Amino acid sequence: MALPPRQLLLVLLGFLVAVSLATLAAAVYADQVGLADWHQKYIGKVKQAVYHTQKSGRRRVVVLTEENVIASLDLRSGDIFWRHVIEKNNPIDQLSLSAGKYVVTLSSGGSILRAWNLPDGQMVWETNIQTSSASKSLLHVLSNSKVVQDNLVLVLAGQWIYAISSIDGLISWGKEFTLDGLEIKQVVQSPENDIVYVVGIAGSSKLAVYQLNAKTGEIVKDAQESLPDGLCGEMLLGSSNVLVALDETRSALFIVEFKGESISYNKVQISEFVQDFSGMVKLLPLMSNGIIALQSSSTVSLLKLKGMNGLEVIHSFDRPASVSDALTITEKDEAFAIVQHVGSQIEFIVKVTSDLTNEIIREKVDIDQHRGSVEKVFLNNYVRTDKSHGFRALVVMEDHSLLLIQQGAVVWSREDGLASIVDVMASELPVEKDGVSVADVEHNLFEWLKGHVLKLKGTLMLASVDELAAIQALRVRSSEKNKMTRDHNGFRKLLIVLTKAGKVIALHTGDGRIIWSNLLPSLRASKSGEMPSALRIYQWQVPHHRVMRENPSILVVGRSGASSVAPGVLCILDSYSGEELNSQRFDHSVAQIIPLILKDSSEQRLHLIVDSNSNAHLYPRSPDALNSFMTEMSNQYFYSVDIQKNAIRGYSLQKSCDFDSGDTYCFSTRLLWSIIFPSDAERISVSETRKMNEVVHTQAKIIADQDVMYKYLSKSLIFVATVSPKAAGEIGSAAPEEASLMAYLIDAVSGRILHRMTHHGAQGPVHSVVSENWVVYHYFNLRAHRFEIAVIEIYDQSRADNKDVLKLILGKHNLSAPMTSYSRPEVMVKSQSYFFTHSVKAMAVTQTAKGITSKQLLIGTIGDQVLALDKRFLDPRRSVNPTQQEKEEGIIPLTDYLPIIPQSYVTHSLQVEALRGIVSIPAKLESTTLVFTYGVDLFYTRLAPSRTYDSLTDEFSYALLLITIVALVAALFVTWIWSEKKELRDKWR
Amino acid sequence: MAARRRSLLMLLPLLLLLSHFLSLAAAFESDELLLHDDDEFEGTRASSTPSPRPPSTPPVVTSSRRRSADTTQAAGASESNTVQFTLEHDLGAGLGFAPAGSFSARLKSSAHGSQTLTKLRFTRNELSEDEKDAFKKLLEEDSFYTIRLPSNVLDPTRHDYIYSSIKARCIPRDSLDEHIVIHMDGVNILAVNYGSVGGCQYPRPMKVPSKWTFNSYTILKTADQAPRTPSFVEQLIETESGLGEVMKPPEKSFWAKYWMYIIPLGLIVMNAVTAAANIPEEQAGGQGRAPAQRAPIAAPSRR
Repeated sequence: MALPPRQLLLVLLGFLVAVSLATLAAAVYADQVGLADWHQKYIGKVKQAVYHTQKSGRRRVVVLTEENVIASLDLRSGDIFWRHVIEKNNPIDQLSLSAGKYVVTLSSGGSILRAWNLPDGQMVWETNIQTSSASKSLLHVLSNSKVVQDNLVLVLAGQWIYAISSIDGLISWGKEFTLDGLEIKQVVQSPENDIVYVVGIAGSSKLAVYQLNAKTGEIVKDAQESLPDGLCGEMLLGSSNVLVALDETRSALFIVEFKGESISYNKVQISEFVQDFSGMVKLLPLMSNGIIALQSSSTVSLLKLKGMNGLEVIHSFDRPASVSDALTITEKDEAFAIVQHVGSQIEFIVKVTSDLTNEIIREKVDIDQHRGSVEKVFLNNYVRTDKSHGFRALVVMEDHSLLLIQQGAVVWSREDGLASIVDVMASELPVEKDGVSVADVEHNLFEWLKGHVLKLKGTLMLASVDELAAIQALRVRSSEKNKMTRDHNGFRKLLIVLTKAGKVIALHTGDGRIIWSNLLPSLRASKSGEMPSALRIYQWQVPHHRVMRENPSILVVGRSGASSVAPGVLCILDSYSGEELNSQRFDHSVAQIIPLILKDSSEQRLHLIVDSNSNAHLYPRSPDALNSFMTEMSNQYFYSVDIQKNAIRGYSLQKSCDFDSGDTYCFSTRLLWSIIFPSDAERISVSETRKMNEVVHTQAKIIADQDVMYKYLSKSLIFVATVSPKAAGEIGSAAPEEASLMAYLIDAVSGRILHRMTHHGAQGPVHSVVSENWVVYHYFNLRAHRFEIAVIEIYDQSRADNKDVLKLILGKHNLSAPMTSYSRPEVMVKSQSYFFTHSVKAMAVTQTAKGITSKQLLIGTIGDQVLALDKRFLDPRRSVNPTQQEKEEGIIPLTDYLPIIPQSYVTHSLQVEALRGIVSIPAKLESTTLVFTYGVDLFYTRLAPSRTYDSLTDEFSYALLLITIVALVAALFVTWIWSEKKELRDKWR
Repeated sequence: MAARRRSLLMLLPLLLLLSHFLSLAAAFESDELLLHDDDEFEGTRASSTPSPRPPSTPPVVTSSRRRSADTTQAAGASESNTVQFTLEHDLGAGLGFAPAGSFSARLKSSAHGSQTLTKLRFTRNELSEDEKDAFKKLLEEDSFYTIRLPSNVLDPTRHDYIYSSIKARCIPRDSLDEHIVIHMDGVNILAVNYGSVGGCQYPRPMKVPSKWTFNSYTILKTADQAPRTPSFVEQLIETESGLGEVMKPPEKSFWAKYWMYIIPLGLIVMNAVTAAANIPEEQAGGQGRAPAQRAPIAAPSRR
C-alpha cells in the first residue's frame, strides 16, 4: 500500500531540502576525499642509495635524490616509509648510515651535518660546521672499530677535517691542514688500526697524504710529493697504500704508492692498455683488491692493478653499462655488479673482486623499452633460504625511474621522473564509438562472460589472490571515472606531462594512472655527452571537422644541449598512444616558442619558433601553413624579456631571413619598441601575460549604480614587476627605504606603458597572475613586515560611452570596431593591496569552459598546499562601507587582511611537496575546472568555484528520485481508485 | 554688548592671522603645483627640501606644444642645468636613424641627490624633401615609422636607445600629428610611447598630409604611488565611533515596514466581512424566496 498523500508530500519536501543542502556544501567531507582527487608521492632521480644492513627488521633502503629528497623505501614494495623534502637552497651532497640507526646527511657544501632516525625519519641532531670555502665536501662514516667507542663521522671540506660523534652530533675534534690551497679528495680508513688516510691536492699537481689518528685527530705521518703533470681531481685510494689518479688531460693515470713518508709514482697512458678509448674518461668509484673501473665514452673497462707497473684490462663492456660500488660480503671478498644492455633486455652480472673471471650471477631481465639506458646501480646482498648469497640491485634508469632487480625479474618500479615535471598540458580522450565490429562483440562477449565468472567467484569467495586482483582491476577499469573515453562533462582527460629526463607521460585524470609513456629518443643523452633539455609541450593538432578520424597530436620542443644556443629539437606525438609521429632537429636554436591561433588545412596548429638571432621560423613547414600565415603576418607581433640586459623589446616580422633567402619559412624580425629599465634602479623580477586559451564571457561589468564599465581585454597585455637592485636579494637584505617594487602594464604590440605604479618599501619575490582585465601579484611589504597581495584592474574608457540603449539599437557604438593597439588607449586603472599571511610558491587562476563562473585564485602556499581564494576578495572596488547597492553587487567590505578559510584549501590535508606549478584546465561543464598541481608530488582535483550550479552532485540519489516518482504515480492511481469508488458509492446512495 | 564687541575685536586679528596662514599655505600649495611652469622658482626649489607629493596629483609633469615652423632654439641653452637630447627617426628604406628633433629640459636636483627633468620642450626639425619622399613611401607600404631616444639623457653615449614605432598611416591628419609620452625615472628614460594624437582606425586608409609639418604633443610621465588605503585602520575606528551612526538608515515608517502584512490582512478582513454580510443576506434571501417558490406550487392548486 502506498503512503497517504500527506506523508508523500512530506517525504518530497524533505527530499527537496536534502538536495538543496547538498548543493550548499562547498568543502569536501572526510569521506569524499579521493573520490574526485588523487595524490601521488615521488622522490625524484636517485643519486645515492644506502641499504639498511641490519639483519632483522624490515628491509629498507635510504635514498638521496636530485630533487633534494631523502627517503626511506621499503625494499619489498618500493613504498615510501618516510621522506623529507629539503629546500633547494640547502642542497644535500651526501648520505650515509651510521651505527645502524642514524641516517647522516651532509648539506650546503659541507656546512650542515644532520642525523635522522632510521625507523621513523625524525631528525636527531644537527651540527653546523665551520668550513673554509665552498669546496666539494666529503662525508665518511668510520666503520665500527674496537678502539673508538663513539661512532665517528668524518666531514672533509677544503682544508678542514672534522670528526663528529654520531650519537649526539658533538664535534669530537677538528683539524685544519696547513698546506696552502689543499683540497681533500679521498679518505680511507685502515681496517687494522685507528689510522685514517687522507689524500688531498694542493694547487693542481701537489699530492699530500696524511695519516691521522681517528681518535684524536693527530697527524701520525704525512708525505707530500709534486707530480710532473697536473691532476684533474678524480682519484681513488685503495686501502693498500696505493692511489690511482687521473691526470689533467684525462688520458693518463698516475699510480702512486706511499710507504711511510716516501711517495713513489708511475704514469701510465690509458691508450696503452685500453683500445679505442675516446672522449671523456671517468674513474668510477670502485676500488678493492686492486680493481678499478674506468669509463670512457663508449666502454666501461674493469682494470686490475699489477703493482706499480701498470694495469691490465680484464673486462670491457659497451656502454650504456653501469658498475656498482663494491660490497663487502666476506672478510676478504667484495662483490660488485655490472648492468649492461643486451638487445631489449638488461643483463645483471655480479662478480667478486678476488676472482674476476668468475660470475656469481648473470641474469637477463626484461625491461620496459621506454626507460632508456641504465644510469646507476646499487648492489645489495641477502641470505637466501639455502644460506647462500643472493644479490639484488636498485637500478636508476635514464628516465629517472627506480627499479629493484632480484632473481632475474623487476620486483617493483617507481616512475620517479614524475617528480621533475617541466610542462603540463591536457588532452581529450577518444570519443566513445557507436558502431562496434562483430569481432569486437565476440571478443567482448567472451571477456564479459569471463568477467562475470570472475565476479561470481569473488562473491562466492572462491577466487584466488590473483583473481581477486583481476576483479579489482576490472572494477577500476569499468568504473565511470576511469574509462578511457570522453565523458559528457569533460572530467576525463589525459594529463600529458613532460619530465626533465625528456619523457612524455600521459596520466588519466580519473585515478592518475599512467596510460602511456615515451622517452623521446631525440631528447636522450647522446654518446658525445651533450645533455638535451626538454622545454615545452604544446597542442599540435586537435581533430575537428575534416580530419575528425585522426588522433590528436602534441608537440614537444627541446634543446639538444644545455646551452641556450644549442640547436632545437621538435617531436610530434600521438596523444592517444604516445607514438612518435615525427621528429626533427632544427638547424637553429630555440629562444621562444609562440603558438599561433592559426591552423593549416590539416588542422595543425601553426607555431613560430624564435631563435637566438631573433629570426622566426614557422612550423609546420607546409605551403598551406605558409599561405595562411602570410595573410596574417602583418598582424603578428611578439616580445622578448631580456633579464640580463633588463629590457623588454617588441618585434614585428618581415618577409624573409637575412642570411638565407631560400628558406621561405624563416622570417627576420624588426625591432619596434624597447623599454630599458635603468639597471641602477630597477631589475626585472617577473613578467606575465594572459593565458592564450582563456575565455572571457563578458566585456562589460555592471557596477552598483547601474553603470557599465568596459574591461580592457587585450591579449597583448603584459604585466612586468621590477624591484630595486638592493631588494632583489632575500627578504630582509634591504632596508624599507632602499626597496621598492614597480608594477607595469604594457601593451606588447605598441610597447605602450598603460600603467606604472610604485610600491615603496616592497620587495620580491614577486608572483603574479594575469587574467581577463586584472593582475594579481604577491610581494613582501618591508614596512609592514608582511606579505601583500595587490590587484590592478584595468578598464577601457574609450568604450564607456556605449551606455545609451538607443545608440546601441541604432548601431552608433564602437563595440564592434576592430581593436588596434595603435590608438592611444584611454584606460582607467583601479588598484588595491591587501595583507596576506602566507608566502607563495606558485599562483594560478581557475579557468572554465565559457568563463561565466566566477574566478578563484589558486595559491600554492609555503606549506605546499593549494589555497583557493575568491577573486571577489581581491576587488579594488572594495570599500569600508559598501552601499546597499554595492552589497547587492557582491562587494565585500574592505578588510586589511585577506581571509584564509581552512575549508578552502583545495589540497585539504595533503601536501604537494616542493610545489612548483598549478595548472587549471577547463572541463566541459561550465561550473567545474580541473586543477593539477605538481612538484615532487602530484595532486589532481576537480574544483567548482561557484559550486556545481549546472549539475547534480555525485551523491545525488537517482534511486530515491525514481522511487519518489514511482510512489507518486502509485499514489495517484490509488487515490484515483479511491475517488472512483467513492463516486460510485455516492451514486448508489 | 561692549564685551561682545571686544571679543569680536580680539577675534579679528586672530582671523586675519589665520587667513594669512591659510593664504600662505595656499601659496605654498600652488607653488608645488606651479613648479613646472615657473622659471623663477627653479633655483629656490632646488635648495628646498621636497615635500612628499600628494598621491592625488596627476602624473603629467609638462606638456609643451610647439609648432616646428616658427620655432627658434629654445631659450636657456646656455644655462648649466639644461639638458638637451635628440630624437632620431628611421624612415625605412635602409637609411637608418637620423636626427629629427631635439628635446630640451631643465635638470632639477633634489636635496638627496636624485635628479629629475622638468620643463620639457620639443623642437622638431623640418622634413627635407628626401625625408618627405621616404615618408610617402612608408605611407604607401603601410610600414612602421620608428623613433628613438637615448636611455640616459645626461650621458647619451653610454646607454642604449629606447625605441618606439607606429604604423606611418596613423600619423597624418591635416598635418603630421604626433603624441609622445616619455616615461622617466630620474634622468633615465624608461620608455617612450609614440603615437598618433587621435585614434588610429583599422583598416588604415592611405592619406597624404596637406602640410608636411609635425604637430607634436609631449608628455612626461613618472610613476604613481601605489594606492593602499593608508589610514585604513584609523578609518575603521572612525566608523566605529562616530560615522557608523550617521550611516544607519533612517527609521522607516510603520506603513513602509509592514505593508506586506497589512494589505493581505486587509484583504482577508474585507473578504471575511463581505462573506459575513453575504451569509445573513443569503439566509434572508432563502427565507424570502421560499414563499415565492411555494407560490407557483400553490398556483396550480388554485386552478
